[in-house]
Amino acid sequence: MTLWQLIILASIVCFALKFAGYLIPPALIQRPTPARVANLLTVALLAGLIAVQTFGKGEHLVLDARVSAILAAAGLYALKVPFIVVVIVAAALAAGIRALT
Amino acid sequence: MPETPATRTALRAGVAVGVATAAYGISFGALSVAAGLDVWQTCFLSLVMFTGGSQFAFIGVIAAGGLAAAPSAIASSTLLGSRNVIYALRMSPVVGSGWFTRLAAAHLTIDESVAVSTAQPTLKAQRVGFWMTGLVVFVGWNLTTLVGALIGNLIGDVSAYGLDAAAAAAFLGLLWPRLKQLQAQAVAVLAAVAAALLTPVLTPGVPVLVAAIVAVVFGLTNWLGPKTGDQTAESPPIEGMPS
Repeated sequence: MTLWQLIILASIVCFALKFAGYLIPPALIQRPTPARVANLLTVALLAGLIAVQTFGKGEHLVLDARVSAILAAAGLYALKVPFIVVVIVAAALAAGIRALT
Repeated sequence: MPETPATRTALRAGVAVGVATAAYGISFGALSVAAGLDVWQTCFLSLVMFTGGSQFAFIGVIAAGGLAAAPSAIASSTLLGSRNVIYALRMSPVVGSGWFTRLAAAHLTIDESVAVSTAQPTLKAQRVGFWMTGLVVFVGWNLTTLVGALIGNLIGDVSAYGLDAAAAAAFLGLLWPRLKQLQAQAVAVLAAVAAALLTPVLTPGVPVLVAAIVAVVFGLTNWLGPKTGDQTAESPPIEGMPS
């Protein structure tokens, strides 16, 4: 499978999910449990991605400049600093640590 | 359309939220190119997939595992897009009738449009809020994705500039507004620990999917969940991006 085919397939699936919600009768899944699972899936996948992006290097776990960057990012989000600023600071911090070590 | 105070408020909210979140497209564009996609592929994702969380997940898995992680990439973006089904159900009586209208509405069904819509008092204002927010985010998100992708192309080497750390920080920005309840916090911590511990054991992309099991278990049992109150009535957080 080429990257293009993969991108097209994944995009179609995501659109189909949205459209499905307009086709199925609301009573079928508009109940607390499916909604809760859908919301928590978002949380779990994002948290999993953060862990892999922060500690993963191929199939190994490493502690490097990314750890300092994500901790700084968490602190800035807690202080309600805007998203784009936090992302830039995190990148700059990681780059700075790499340049110095 | 005759304007009332309610629809004017909805219009303003839509534009404000749309402009604010569109700015995040820059990060997506730059990180997508860093993950190995070209500018066209990056723009295609924002145009057609158009759901930020899934887009970020997709490029995150590709960055970690390349084409070999294709099944995980599709599974991650699909699972992250699953809440759009719930949003669509909620918007179904709001958006209007007709096939074209509902196809277009489906495409614009994202966190922001649903959040603005559900915050409006009247049906007409809900409809205006949905469409205005969806359209502004769509246009802004795609323009800024292109800008970000072009910047990413110019930058080149990823790790020297800390773009890999930027990706983790961007994911954290999407996650942050969703962590208000204890249940969500517990799921986030356990999912992160599971994904990290499984990284040396499983092929790239799969650890994140296994972490999703944590969500299913908590979701089905409502472990640590609020005792009363209807979570489905809760508006999606809008500090993030179209996701």
